[in-house]
Amino acid sequence: MHSSDSKNNQGDSRRDFLKKSSLITAVALTPTIALKAAEGQADERFAELFERIPLNLMVNNQTYQASVEPRVTLLDYLREELHLTGTKKGCDHGQCGACTVHVDGERVNSCLSLAVMNEGKKITTIEGLANGNELHPMQAAFIKHDGFQCGYCTPGQIMSAVACVNEGHTNSRSEISEYMSGNICRCGAYPNIVDAIVEVSKGGNKI
Amino acid sequence: MINFQYLRTTTSKSALSLISKDKNAKFLAGGTNLIDLMKRGVATPEKLIDINHVPLKQIELVGDTIIIGALASNTAVAEHPLIKEKLPLLAMALNAGASAQLRNVATVGGNMMQRTRCGYFYDTEMPCNKRQPGSGCGAIGGFNRMHAIFGTSEKCIAVHPSDMCVALIALDAIVVLANPKGERKILFKDFHRLAGDTPQLDNNLKADEMIIRLEISVNQLAKNFHYLKVRDRASYAFALVSVAAALEISADHKITEVRLSMGGVAHKPWRLTASENFLKGKEASATNFEEAAKLAMKDAKGFGENDFKIRMAPNSIIEALTVATSKA
Repeated sequence: MHSSDSKNNQGDSRRDFLKKSSLITAVALTPTIALKAAEGQADERFAELFERIPLNLMVNNQTYQASVEPRVTLLDYLREELHLTGTKKGCDHGQCGACTVHVDGERVNSCLSLAVMNEGKKITTIEGLANGNELHPMQAAFIKHDGFQCGYCTPGQIMSAVACVNEGHTNSRSEISEYMSGNICRCGAYPNIVDAIVEVSKGGNKI
Repeated sequence: MINFQYLRTTTSKSALSLISKDKNAKFLAGGTNLIDLMKRGVATPEKLIDINHVPLKQIELVGDTIIIGALASNTAVAEHPLIKEKLPLLAMALNAGASAQLRNVATVGGNMMQRTRCGYFYDTEMPCNKRQPGSGCGAIGGFNRMHAIFGTSEKCIAVHPSDMCVALIALDAIVVLANPKGERKILFKDFHRLAGDTPQLDNNLKADEMIIRLEISVNQLAKNFHYLKVRDRASYAFALVSVAAALEISADHKITEVRLSMGGVAHKPWRLTASENFLKGKEASATNFEEAAKLAMKDAKGFGENDFKIRMAPNSIIEALTVATSKA
């Protein structure tokens, strides 16, 4: 009990430290930028480059209004701004699927989507699947079939699996594997992941 | 990622007006290739013009022509009943590309505009004539297992990675481009280009143009077709080689029409015209397929690590033709 508490504390403080240190970095950088702009050497274009774009979106049925730099990806916005850290950053290049979320019901790699491209869209992340304390059927099926080992790819696998079932690409194990190929599991839990999807798609659970 | 100015537009007219004002601006559609390149520092546009809200997502049959909007997603095209029925080769090729997540976002126009590329193009520490003209080609004499065997230049041996485009060149698609003065149409085979002395250019789209739609004539190639993609793993990998084959076979087993193209072998989707000409009017037989495959390889050239493609390519052509013609 005690050791698990201290583990949590360590985890929290590490995250807090990261937050604080990035805040310090931001503060340290801002005056230089402002100074440079104030020197009168920067043209209008320079100012435009640092413009923040207003962003309205709905994440897990909650509306958010923000302003973000154009270069912020949907993944970074979810994790760093909304602190929805269930969505994972794996490769950050669309090759692993750990960052998979649903945008207007369709699965996408949030690492390759700019946050500003998602204006007015409805985003669902792994945090939005469960109904209160009741797990989503796919989450329950992953636990039942031991569909993970280290767990890092699991949020992306589950988001992709839910979409795979909704798309109807679950007519055979090979079709499931094909349509889940955008989600890499380096622990190799693939057969168990397919088991979980087969069960949910066969109506063992409602989705 | 280096920051940039972000603009959003809802009409092709304003998109064209915005792009013509700034040579460092780029259109942003699905972004699955462009954002990736920007993260690596390979592409550094100063301005992105988000065209996702321009109404170019149509997939429809007008007379005898199938129209596909430039912003239709790869999934929307692959799953559309019209495409599945009339252009199954295109649906099959699309589904062989990327992953479900990427296909949901990637657009038809974006798929065409994805860079012809290789590992050296992506690695900014390495020489690459495509990324930095004049810096040399790292792949010639380097790691070139994935590289081209047809139409190569001394400047660049990268391949165009699209599967969709391999089907579209076989289907004789027409590309409709908009510019500030109006529209122009070009054949799909003339859209992409070989590297030659200017490997920095992947295609013939002009700076003030945008892809609006594709037009494909309804054909009789929806029965005997196949898209064979040979790759290092079962799914979600670039092609080592791929073959699109579509044929029309008469009752007496003669080939009345044939389309053949390859991916993973050239700087652009590669049409096998000599093989097609040989096969037309002949019997759909193993001997003729072997001869057609031999003809296709006439000017093939390996660079060491990719020499295996010179054996893999003809075998793949034969396999694709065999599967396509064995469909009852």
